[in-house]
Amino acid sequence: MGGTALAFYWVPNAPLEGFRQRIFYFHVPIALTSYACFGWAAWKGLRLLWTRDRRYDLESYTAVHMGVIFGILTLLTGSIWARTSWGHWWVWGSRQLVLFLVLFLFYAAYFMLRFSVEPGPRRANMSAVYALFGVALIPVSFLAIRLAEDLVHPVVLTHDVGSKLTGSQITTFLVCLAGMLALAATLYSNELAGKRLDVRLRELREALQ
Amino acid sequence: MRYFADVAALARKDVLLEFRSRDTLPAMLLFVVSALVVFHFALPADTSETAETGLLWIALLFTALLGLARAFVAEREQRVLDGLVLTPCDRSAIWLGKAIGVVAFLVLAEVVALPAFALFFGPLSWELVAAVALADIGLAAVGTLLAAMAAAGRARELLLPLLFLPLVIPIVVGGVGASVADHPARYLGFLGLYDAVFAILSWASFEYVVTE
Amino acid sequence: MISARGLGRDFGAKRVLRGLDFEVPRGGFLLVTGRNGSGKSTLLSLCAGLLAPTAGELDVEVDRGEIGYLAHEPLVYRELTALENLELYGRLYRVPERRERVGMLLERFGLWDARHERVGAFSRGMAQRLALCRTLLHEPRLLLLDEPYSALDDDAAGLVDALLSEVAGEKTVIVTSHDPERISRFTSEELALG
Repeated sequence: MGGTALAFYWVPNAPLEGFRQRIFYFHVPIALTSYACFGWAAWKGLRLLWTRDRRYDLESYTAVHMGVIFGILTLLTGSIWARTSWGHWWVWGSRQLVLFLVLFLFYAAYFMLRFSVEPGPRRANMSAVYALFGVALIPVSFLAIRLAEDLVHPVVLTHDVGSKLTGSQITTFLVCLAGMLALAATLYSNELAGKRLDVRLRELREALQ
Repeated sequence: MRYFADVAALARKDVLLEFRSRDTLPAMLLFVVSALVVFHFALPADTSETAETGLLWIALLFTALLGLARAFVAEREQRVLDGLVLTPCDRSAIWLGKAIGVVAFLVLAEVVALPAFALFFGPLSWELVAAVALADIGLAAVGTLLAAMAAAGRARELLLPLLFLPLVIPIVVGGVGASVADHPARYLGFLGLYDAVFAILSWASFEYVVTE
Repeated sequence: MISARGLGRDFGAKRVLRGLDFEVPRGGFLLVTGRNGSGKSTLLSLCAGLLAPTAGELDVEVDRGEIGYLAHEPLVYRELTALENLELYGRLYRVPERRERVGMLLERFGLWDARHERVGAFSRGMAQRLALCRTLLHEPRLLLLDEPYSALDDDAAGLVDALLSEVAGEKTVIVTSHDPERISRFTSEELALG
């Protein structure tokens, strides 16, 4: 499964535009994958609250973890893209970048929350609620950032990609997106399996005592 | 309806507790005014009105944080929250009662802060006041929920700001926007949207934060 | 009325309760003994519904409005008066004829004269007596009492004796105590932890 994901990922990108534009094929799929992970985490959180089945806690937590990893990658690739496009490592005018900064802060606090509360049903509940808040925050923050542009930084910077997407570019993009999602899914199942194994080991150790 | 009777009883209790803790309320008001004075010294001479308004919003945000840090102290110390949770009342009523208490606290702080701001920095627009009112609802809604979460963990003084600040960034945007922009209606509408979304979310999920 | 099968509860890595099986029939009187840290309080919290089991099953066939829970802490606001605290709980528990009931309990436990005092000024014994008022306010069918005699002087302890003899057989009771002999005449079941 991992091999398939990597094979997708490394498909050579058709270099139709300038070299620097290629980062688009990484940056946007990574960002979308990050959203998908957070959405998945929120869904698992909802299931936990619905069914009170604590197995969903690990799933939600792992999904948030994946989301944050891809979020950091979004920030990194976005920063590189900003550097190549406009000469700065950070630009407040880039909506995606700012949104991911806010989300990063939010989900980093998720880990602080989990670290601060004792493991158990209470922590699972709180994490699930927090994950749901996160998913509500995404569109609200995006709206806020758009509104903020009028106030704070009147120069809105967007990458000039949207206007001229040809067929092969779209295909490449979609392939990269699929690859990213597959990569995320693989990492997710791996980590989840590892965590489940830890839990099982601990249970066995307890039972033997 | 039973539900609102519960909420009323709880809100009354929270407001009563606020006023009984004689030390914190005047300290709160003093803090707000001190912050504004510090801002005056922190800003260079030709600072725009926009920047000054921005600082007012920062002051409000941190006032809210201070108020929220105390929100569940009594319940946590005496484990009273367990007592409340055991009653047949809806747990969301606990949230609503507490949030009303927080709004009352914020309004009290603003009754001092806004005139002080007008005195030190310049006149207020009614849009700013409206924005503050709307922001109070949002701050109290998410703040109450997050305060309950933080109360259950360790290092709660640090945890609450960490949880709170990212979530209220939209409020700052909406608030400052409504205060200084040419078309404040959009920002006020946005604040209303934030309040609706997050108040409903907080109301519905409080149950899960205080039970297992 | 209460049945547990394989009941267990962890706190993080610490396993406090493990593999508990017991039953308490309606009108039963269960005494829970064990040294400190053996999980007596945890067991009561589980029965009250404040904690969820992390292993096994626990069935409690009463609604939460019919449970009276006396914990280590009195579960009252220190900044409110005794009367205000009971008023609040009375409203939340929808106690009929609230004022009369509150007054009657305060009298019974000797707190009528102190009713307008802040709980913060109470002695530990008074706070415990107030907690007993709180526990009984809504005439619960299930009583969960965690060390009901703690902090009480002889007079107050006599009040608890009277209470227990009144409820034994009438209501379902679970009591934890360090002083089992005092309660043994009411006890129908016993559970030793730890």
